[in-house]
Amino acid sequence: MNWLFQKNPQTSHYHQRKGSIFQRLHIDLALLVLLALLSSIGILILMSAGHENMGLLNRQATRLGVAFIAMFIVAQIPPHVLKMFAPWLFLLGSLLLLGVLFMGDMGKGAQRWLDLGFFRFQPSELLKLATPMMVAWYLAERRLPPSHKHIALATVFIAIPTVLIAKQPDLGTSILIASSGLTVLFLAGISWKIIAGVIAAGASLAPVLWSFMKDYQKQRVLTFLSPEEDPLGAGYHIIQSKIAIGSGGVYGKGWMHGSQARLEFLPESSTDFIFAVFSEEFGLVGCIALLSIYLLIFIRSIYMAIQAQDTFSRLLAGSLSLTFFIYLFVNVGMVTGILPVVGVPLPLVSYGGTSMVTLLIGFGILMSIHTHRKLLSS
Amino acid sequence: MKTHFDLKSSLQENRLFLVRATTLIIFVLILCFALIARLTYLQIETHEKYANLAQNNRVKLSVVSPVRGLIFDTHGRVLAENNPSYSLELVPEQIQDIPETIKQLSALLPITDEEVRLFEKRRKQNKRFASVPLRNRLNDTEVAIFSANRHLFPGVDIQARPLRHYPFPELTSHVVGYVGAINEKELKTINQVNYRGSRFIGKTGIEKTYETELHGYVGYQQTENTAQGRSLKVLSYTPPLSGSDLTLHLDIDLQKIAYDALGDYTGSVVAIDTRTGAVRALVSKPGFNANLFAKGIDQTSYNQLQNSSKRPLFNRSLRGQYPPGSTLKPFIGLAGLDYNAIHPDQKVYCPGFYQLPKQSHKYRDWKKTGHGMTTLHDSIVQSCDVYYYVLAHELEIDRMHHFLHKFGFGQKTGIDILGEKSGLLPSREWKKRTRNQVWYPGETLIAGIGQGFNLTTPLQLAHATAILANKGSANTPSLVANINNKTRTQTKTIPVQLNKPQHWNLIIDAMYDVVNGARGTARKIKEGAPYKIAGKTGTAQVFTIKQDEEYDEDSVVEHLKDHALFIAFAPALNPQLAVAVIVENGGHGGSVAAPIARAVFDQYMTPAP
Repeated sequence: MNWLFQKNPQTSHYHQRKGSIFQRLHIDLALLVLLALLSSIGILILMSAGHENMGLLNRQATRLGVAFIAMFIVAQIPPHVLKMFAPWLFLLGSLLLLGVLFMGDMGKGAQRWLDLGFFRFQPSELLKLATPMMVAWYLAERRLPPSHKHIALATVFIAIPTVLIAKQPDLGTSILIASSGLTVLFLAGISWKIIAGVIAAGASLAPVLWSFMKDYQKQRVLTFLSPEEDPLGAGYHIIQSKIAIGSGGVYGKGWMHGSQARLEFLPESSTDFIFAVFSEEFGLVGCIALLSIYLLIFIRSIYMAIQAQDTFSRLLAGSLSLTFFIYLFVNVGMVTGILPVVGVPLPLVSYGGTSMVTLLIGFGILMSIHTHRKLLSS
Repeated sequence: MKTHFDLKSSLQENRLFLVRATTLIIFVLILCFALIARLTYLQIETHEKYANLAQNNRVKLSVVSPVRGLIFDTHGRVLAENNPSYSLELVPEQIQDIPETIKQLSALLPITDEEVRLFEKRRKQNKRFASVPLRNRLNDTEVAIFSANRHLFPGVDIQARPLRHYPFPELTSHVVGYVGAINEKELKTINQVNYRGSRFIGKTGIEKTYETELHGYVGYQQTENTAQGRSLKVLSYTPPLSGSDLTLHLDIDLQKIAYDALGDYTGSVVAIDTRTGAVRALVSKPGFNANLFAKGIDQTSYNQLQNSSKRPLFNRSLRGQYPPGSTLKPFIGLAGLDYNAIHPDQKVYCPGFYQLPKQSHKYRDWKKTGHGMTTLHDSIVQSCDVYYYVLAHELEIDRMHHFLHKFGFGQKTGIDILGEKSGLLPSREWKKRTRNQVWYPGETLIAGIGQGFNLTTPLQLAHATAILANKGSANTPSLVANINNKTRTQTKTIPVQLNKPQHWNLIIDAMYDVVNGARGTARKIKEGAPYKIAGKTGTAQVFTIKQDEEYDEDSVVEHLKDHALFIAFAPALNPQLAVAVIVENGGHGGSVAAPIARAVFDQYMTPAP
């Protein structure tokens, strides 16, 4: 791999920032500590939510291990190499998405998986990273703020995976991918007039979007608007989730003492609704602490984006930071009943594999961007 | 491609990015604030509401039904009990191949397709770990067969549920009554809390009257349950209060003798201990199988009972209202003596009919040729009608009504069982009130021989006989002797006081000769009795014979035949038991009703071996 060793001849008037061992390992210590803390909390909640199912815990720990290793590996790849691969990854991802549409595996009523024989793979996960990379790659080559023509083309790049994934249908991921791409556009400096225009158009197009939604998606929105209408059917999740959170109170019922989850009233307690378990057992105090960790991770990430040295890195890092937070917001929003139930896990805490690996690879990219900076020699 | 390095535009880009990134941070902080606000609302503002909901989710309050009280007869024999009803039940969670298991089970026990269909239906409605019945009401043999093979069927077991059972279902069907499934109407009147776990409620008889005592009080159990309803542990337990056991005065042997003695006739027999008012037998025939109701009767069987011409569901002893006929004569005679309307030795000539002054209508005696010169004594022994036409005319309806009222005619006896009818004791005032008509002298005559408007229930007749036997004093008839071994107090009726107490003996003597005299109407039953019976026969017309018609016993259709009546007490000098017998369409009281009373007395007077 040639690009791993190519720094020597090019560093003639740059020099590597004098750094610690972490610097040389291309690891950001602050971010690593925060991510490890979050993952540990995740394991603890999973012990309670998963009814001390050791198999479940082992699988989650293994996935975390794999994800952290993936993060370290990606952190070693210099940003300009990532940039080079960006369009190809995007192309590959889009083709795989088409593949899923035609020969995908049905899981829970939605076509998301591509069975590659030895393992099942969700191409949408690849696009969570490839989409912002593609848009950042495209815009970084142009003068910013981007012209209308460039904005239009970037929008097409965002729309392709968004539409394909929404068709699977996987509304949650589709929203996350769209927001990651749009964040790049926003950071690239598109004018507020356009933003305002898009929001106005979006509001007026909502009925059209409604007509394109599948029945179960419509049901989720309706349920969100009035969960009490169908307390044993579609509204059951959100009612039980609110009971779990509300009954937690200020200090919670204590670890392993949340009756809602332990007595199985709370559905999907170890996956999408794990935040409700946490809220029930650790109360408002615990929730604020947990949200603070997420906020710190976001702030550290956006700081790294601001520190980035080239446009591609900057746009990509900014987008990855915000997407991570959007993940959290959508999940907590739906569990607490202020957003409709779209299947988005609580980042790094919910049980489930691929999204965790994707998230940590994203942080690997952030670390790479931050630790591969070169300083002008003084 | 290579962008050309432009410091100025680069700085501009940097600044733009910084502004946008800061905007993002502010945006994120706002979102964060929104989440915390939402969490604060849920966990502080509405915490209490959700804490309650969580508690309701967690803790399941289940009822523990009380055991219904038992009912015993006076000798401690069980009249109503709670038997386990066995059902074959399957726990789907513990069975791998349900159709195969059912197939193997049907090799042991007959299982119909309908039962399998019902099982499948119930199985879908229940949780996988819930026990679902496949066959109900297994008999002992079936229970034994399955028990021997139980080890072959994991997840299949026999469950026992208490079911009310009456060991003498026909004999006690009216007096003890029965329980049945609680209906909509009852649901509105019962204490909903207390009946939460109860499926049955007393419908008739003692079961209904003493429902509160028999039912007991419900208990509770709080368990911690999972969302699927599987209970994990018991948090608290309040035991139920079992229903009280009742001991009746009823003697089931006597009840059976009376019931059997009625033979194929419909009718009623009431036997009251004259000393205590204890009801020893309360028979209404035909009875029915009360266990059908306790199990939950099917529509066909119910319709069959409901539409039967013999009306088995009708409790004749309490609700059957019959003209007392000649059984009323001793009481009228006593009234004549007490009002001094007649002298005991005074003779009345009976030509076989009676005419009111200046009227052509002939009031006939049952004996066409007449009884000749008749004293009060003769009039009772031979049941002379003309004597009572004369006496009634003399007494008039007001005095008759006043006197008979003291013996409980026309009013409920106050027995401790619901549904009693009051009969009818006619009076001038009653006729005015209900029919807005004046009283005619002819009606007085008919009333004097216990016909016309007069209606009595068998219980009333027995009670009046007891009062007569005791010479005025008696207790209110009662069925329940004690509740949970606590004796119920007896209440006395207002004693009947005569101006001359020796008048009692005159009437009792006459009744003694009804059975023991050479010309008595019930003389046939005295044969072989080691004790002496005093009684009075009666024959009540079901329909009115026209003036110029003859009553021909053989040509009258069955349901229009006269009712046969007999009232009696024994031993005549030291009374212990008063009996009233009514045999519907039985014909003559002396030949049909009196032997039934004899059988009852024989059973009661013969000391138990």
